[in-house]
Amino acid sequence: MSTTVNPRMPQTIDEADIPVWSHRPKVTPKKVKGPIRNLKWLVMAVLLGIYWGVPWLRFDRGPFAPDQAILIDMPGRKAYFLWFEIWPQEVYIVTLLLIVAAIGLFAVTAMLGRVWCGYTCPQTVWTDLFMTVERWIEGDRAQRIKLDKAPWSVSKLGKRLAKHAAWLFIGMMTGGAWILYFNDAPTVVPEFVTGQAGFAVYATVGFLTFTTWLMAGVARENVCMYMCPYARFQSAMFDQDTLAVTYHTARGEKRGKHKANESWEGRGHCIDCRQCVEVCPTGVDIREGLQMGCISCGLCVDACNSIMDRVGLPHGLIAYDTERNVELMAAGKPRKWNFFRLRTVGYLAVFAVAGMGVLYGLVSRAPLDAAVIADRNPLYVRLSNGDLRNGFTVKVLNKSTSPHTVTLSLTGLEGGEIVVPGHEGEAAPSVEVAPDAVAAIRAFVKLAPANWKGEPIDFEFTVTDPTRDLSVSVPTRFEGPTK
Amino acid sequence: MAENRKYEVDPVTGSPIHPYTWDGIGELETPPPRWWVLTYAVCVLFAIAWWVAYPAWPYIAGYTKGVLGYSTRADVAEQLAAAKAAQAPMNDKLAKLDYAAIAADPELMTFATAGGKALFGENCAQCHGSGAAGNVGYPNLLDDDWLWGGDYATLEATIMHGVRSTVDADTRQSQMPAFGKDGILTREQVDDVAAYVLSLAGTAPADAAAAEKGKAVFADNCVACHGDAGQGLRDFGAPKLTDSIWLYSGDPKAVAAQIWNPRHGVMPAWAGRLDPLAIKKLVIYVHGLGGGE
Ligand code: SF4
Ligand code: SF4
Repeated sequence: MSTTVNPRMPQTIDEADIPVWSHRPKVTPKKVKGPIRNLKWLVMAVLLGIYWGVPWLRFDRGPFAPDQAILIDMPGRKAYFLWFEIWPQEVYIVTLLLIVAAIGLFAVTAMLGRVWCGYTCPQTVWTDLFMTVERWIEGDRAQRIKLDKAPWSVSKLGKRLAKHAAWLFIGMMTGGAWILYFNDAPTVVPEFVTGQAGFAVYATVGFLTFTTWLMAGVARENVCMYMCPYARFQSAMFDQDTLAVTYHTARGEKRGKHKANESWEGRGHCIDCRQCVEVCPTGVDIREGLQMGCISCGLCVDACNSIMDRVGLPHGLIAYDTERNVELMAAGKPRKWNFFRLRTVGYLAVFAVAGMGVLYGLVSRAPLDAAVIADRNPLYVRLSNGDLRNGFTVKVLNKSTSPHTVTLSLTGLEGGEIVVPGHEGEAAPSVEVAPDAVAAIRAFVKLAPANWKGEPIDFEFTVTDPTRDLSVSVPTRFEGPTK
Repeated sequence: MAENRKYEVDPVTGSPIHPYTWDGIGELETPPPRWWVLTYAVCVLFAIAWWVAYPAWPYIAGYTKGVLGYSTRADVAEQLAAAKAAQAPMNDKLAKLDYAAIAADPELMTFATAGGKALFGENCAQCHGSGAAGNVGYPNLLDDDWLWGGDYATLEATIMHGVRSTVDADTRQSQMPAFGKDGILTREQVDDVAAYVLSLAGTAPADAAAAEKGKAVFADNCVACHGDAGQGLRDFGAPKLTDSIWLYSGDPKAVAAQIWNPRHGVMPAWAGRLDPLAIKKLVIYVHGLGGGE
């Protein structure tokens, strides 16, 4: 990577002149038109549409479960995602899902560069939305710079108030949509409006209103520069075949102002109009080379292409390109694309395998599960007729949305007899388990002394749901007096 | 800062390089961003405000209390009061209903059992064990054998008035004579009757002849309380002798010792110490341990 050194940079600085904090100039991006901008509008509309629309999707799960397609039910400790339902002990699936998503992100980044940052990251999407609103209210770059410099006046105050009010409103809608993922949307919205929703709801909305305003309105590119860890470590995924917004230095330099009809001989194609810098949402001068601040949004590509149109030169002085291609073109050779290389194929392979694992985990999830906790204090009780008795707590998890009756039985305990209080006299006690619930069933197991050989006996509790033909066996052991 | 040193500027980053270099490696003096500096300053101010507002600094015999008067102890007291208030509806219901009605309500049973378990751990576990399995001389509450009876009403009476309590007139009283020590029976007779008692419980006696002789001794001395067939008598708290459960061990020597000079356990009367609701919860808990009748 070539470093272009800014010739205006001083060589030394006095100790006293080193600032306490860095003076980052305020970024006031200019409006831009072009195919990439249009693509960004489309992506933004789709993503915001998903965010605000998805909680309203309904999905029929029968009478005992919520009918919201995507819902995280905190009090009920369940998460619903279309056909899938996740219990707290299955959060590892979510962890796996996040790992899969991360690997997918790595694959995309290695191939296409920071497309996540430039198009889909919520910070980018919301900042873009906030900037659009700002432009509507305060005008484009030149007007905004003028307004920033202008002394306070009624009209300036009015514009500022309108802008922040609009931002806060968007922030509130953002926070407001967030809670819809945790509550039944059609119920909570009227509750929210009429002041009947819970404290957590109002606190969440208030907090997210504030953070949305702060991040998308005030902090903006600083989030990418100082807060985002992904911005920092994705250079590890970059190599010379990774797509990035690139300034073709060989073609552009030596830059300089250009008058109409002037010859292009002996100079570069960059007319130093600084349009690429002015449209940049992070204030980067891409002509200095690939740098951390560039989120690969491509707006400077649109800006420069429109300038190239105007001066009658081909597009692509700034373009999505790879480092290898920059070198090839500088040497006058044709471009070479190399998307599928060891690194990206490796990422894709891991992505596919891990994704399949998650899918398998979700699909093969059993609707009936059980756990057995044996009493440890005491291990056994001697009954008056000489029998030995062990106490157990059998937890039966009904992970389906309808009630089911299960029967308990013993496997591998010769002469063992099971007694569930309230179900005395049933050889295989049947207990009903509520939908989406865990039943803790107290079960005593009795064994006649003739069957006790002085050694703990390993056996299994078998929980059967005859109507659904499901059964789970949980190993445990029977304890008694040992020599 | 005596002299105003010149810092070289790093051409790539534009940051000053600190003059101290090590083997030609220098450190960049990149100034932190403004928001960072300001946030840091605000944090410092916040910390100072915190010291003023909340308990913060210890000194030898105490600590600075803070102007807000906050205390974690007061917090706990408040939370306890809130927890009590939250339990009140269940407690009221529990206090009003009788045992049969409570047993029919699974929610109340769960609540009462949980409460009973905590009370048991605080008050009963010292003798009966934290798992209620008892010990030599302290009855096991898990099994199906009861000296005085294992239904709700009887359990309640036992817990309220205790056994051989010295302070409760309604306490359960039972006294087995010291047959050997007081000279009622000879050493040989005591051994014989012990062998016979063990045979009642199904243990084959080591000395069948002694057991046979003991039968007569038993008929003359023991049947009044323990019954013709050793079936026991709950009215007197006289243990059943035909089962496999022994309060003071089923070892032949231990049985003989108990006949010679019986030990008598004491259980406190809880009526004055625990309120009726707590006793109710304990009764439900003990009844549910596996031997309730
Ligand atoms: S927009 Fe294009 S021509 Fe204008 S300064 Fe940037 S690179 Fe040069
Ligand atoms: S340099 Fe270009 S691609 Fe990078 S952030 Fe700025 S406008 Fe977007």
